[in-house]
Amino acid sequence: MPDSQDATSNPRPASAGAANAGEAAGANSPAVEFRDIDIAYGKFVAVRDFSLSIAKGSFVTLLGPSGCGKTTILRSIAGLVDISGGQIMIDGRRVDDVPIYKRNIGLVFQSYALFPHKTVFDNVAFGLKYRNVPKPEIVRRVGKALEMVRLPGSEKKLPSQLSGGQQQRIALARAIVFEPQVLLLDEPLSALDANMREEMRVEIKKIQKETGITAIFVTHDQEEALSMSDRIVVMNQGAVEQIGTPQQVYDTPATAFVADFLGKANMLAGTVSASATAVLLATGQTVNVACPRPLAQGSKVTVVVRPQKLSVGAAAGANVLSGRVVSASYLGGSAIYEIDIGGKANIRANAPISGRVLREGEPIDLGFDPGDCVLLDEAGQRIS
Amino acid sequence: MLVAPVLVLLIFFLVLPIAVMAAYTFFTFVTAGVETSALTTANWHEFLTDSYYSGFLLKTLRVGAITATLCGVLGYFPAYFIWATTFKHKWLLLLLLIVPFWISFTIRTFSWINILGEQGVINVALLKLGIINEPLPMLYNEGAVILGMLHFLLPYMILNVYVSLESIDRTLIAAARSMGCTSAQAFREVTLPLSLPGLAAGLLLCFVLAAGSYVTPQLLGSGRDALFGNLIYDTIMGELNWPMGATLSIVLFVVLGFFAAIYTRYMGMSQIVKGLGG
Ligand SMILES: Nc1ncnc2c1ncn2[C@@H]1O[C@H](COP(=O)(O)OP(=O)(O)O)[C@@H](O)[C@H]1O
Ligand SMILES: [Mg+2]
Repeated sequence: MPDSQDATSNPRPASAGAANAGEAAGANSPAVEFRDIDIAYGKFVAVRDFSLSIAKGSFVTLLGPSGCGKTTILRSIAGLVDISGGQIMIDGRRVDDVPIYKRNIGLVFQSYALFPHKTVFDNVAFGLKYRNVPKPEIVRRVGKALEMVRLPGSEKKLPSQLSGGQQQRIALARAIVFEPQVLLLDEPLSALDANMREEMRVEIKKIQKETGITAIFVTHDQEEALSMSDRIVVMNQGAVEQIGTPQQVYDTPATAFVADFLGKANMLAGTVSASATAVLLATGQTVNVACPRPLAQGSKVTVVVRPQKLSVGAAAGANVLSGRVVSASYLGGSAIYEIDIGGKANIRANAPISGRVLREGEPIDLGFDPGDCVLLDEAGQRIS
Repeated sequence: MLVAPVLVLLIFFLVLPIAVMAAYTFFTFVTAGVETSALTTANWHEFLTDSYYSGFLLKTLRVGAITATLCGVLGYFPAYFIWATTFKHKWLLLLLLIVPFWISFTIRTFSWINILGEQGVINVALLKLGIINEPLPMLYNEGAVILGMLHFLLPYMILNVYVSLESIDRTLIAAARSMGCTSAQAFREVTLPLSLPGLAAGLLLCFVLAAGSYVTPQLLGSGRDALFGNLIYDTIMGELNWPMGATLSIVLFVVLGFFAAIYTRYMGMSQIVKGLGG
């Protein structure tokens, strides 16, 4: 047996060799902390200068397009890939030298990764068995975990006898049953169909709250990230673009990448005109913006406006953009318009319907408040 | 529609020859090379009552079982190595497994005479070094026969095990490790049980091929090491007793088919396969 401590009383492996007397460990330290880590596969650097501190009991999501290094970071916490620079701390202790099997981490994979030759009971009991938990206690805790994922009584089944959603719930039970210090979930919902996905979102979130476990969730789906997370880490090409609450990253994207990746914001290129709070757009219109600091006249900026912040009609806000409807999709309560305002790209508005839905080719006025836009500088960074 | 050509092929190359052979077992042996189609059960009677034949059969099954077991033990490691290595050009290692098949099987078997024989590499070297005074009798015994069969069967075993290892989802091993397994424990809990179907298939294949072989015992064994295949060969080619030869052939066919059937049945019902189906 790898570690003989009693997992019931203390989920932390007492034998974790990295316990460093000089280092502050314990109640006040973050659950997981990355300090400038780099991870390379051969010559290819998959993650660079990644720093992040995750508070105990929080739900943090790594969000980014496929291939940006999310899985790599998760695997580095578990010890499945080696970091080539920096430090990873779990509960204030460096884990660089702690082997995988002593890290006490719960992992849920996209592919479920249930042992096909073992029953549900043996799958869920697996981590407990390797923590020397006595048999009756194992039975009790497996039963409790299965209840938590709403599959009580399924102990004797084989994974192949369960649906995808059920398998993923067993995988979740298996990962939380031994009360790991951190729960890592790598795109756990992406193999499920749409209905099941919504249901599991709620369920995962509920279980995380109930158990108070620290969870790190990986996804490329912005809706998942926005709806589940306490904090979101938006990543691109192995680096962090922005860290913040769902509302922060959505409303005030730090970079052009974040603005585009989360909800396809409209990006209007322009130049600061004489008044310093007015921007002359490349399409010819002038809009007023609220900017936290005075803008240099003549500097190039991008005005970022979410489709939801654009209202339709003459009584629109302070700024008005006029154009023609290129396409309109009726969504019941609201409609999504693609509008040509003269630029290279069409802009999008998602607005509640007042009166009737405008048709293709009709003229349209779009309005937004100066406070409802974000300004990016030439390098694509938010001006703040 | 596509079934029809396959069916024709099966009938022509499998069912028909066996049917003809089965019919022959009831023909009457007159003298070397001569038989009549007068129906008789004499051949079956002789086979079932003369312990000479059953002794041969048991010995053949024993040698087949020993060979298959050794193949399993010796073949698992290279298969595991090829699967586990991070070497970029795995195909090269797999190619090395196939290369021996490019050389005629008979020549490969003959090569052991140059290694184990009185004038073979080992004896010559040991004599030159003065370690021994007399050549060691390494050839023409059961050990040499089993060694020769191992030589030709190991690639089959390795490939079978390798294929089943390759079908294992590696995240299962990562999962086991993350839940507290050392790599040895993860092997025991995940890799080994999930590779058992390949090992079992390899064992069956090696057993059937070993128990059905006659070239290897012929070349590397003495008369005492002859197997059932050699008995059939002698009966047909030596005694020119076709009816008895056909009887013995059908016996071997049925016995080996029986093992294959048990295997299919057992493996077909096992949890392993069910689990893998999911
Ligand atoms: N084992 C590996 N060997 C080499 N490159 C890899 C390996 N695993 C991942 N990569 C590369 O590292 C990058 C990040 O991969 P990954 O962390 O899986 O991304 P994500 O999970 O965000 O989709 C990708 O470009 C991928 O091709
Ligand atoms: Mg991934």
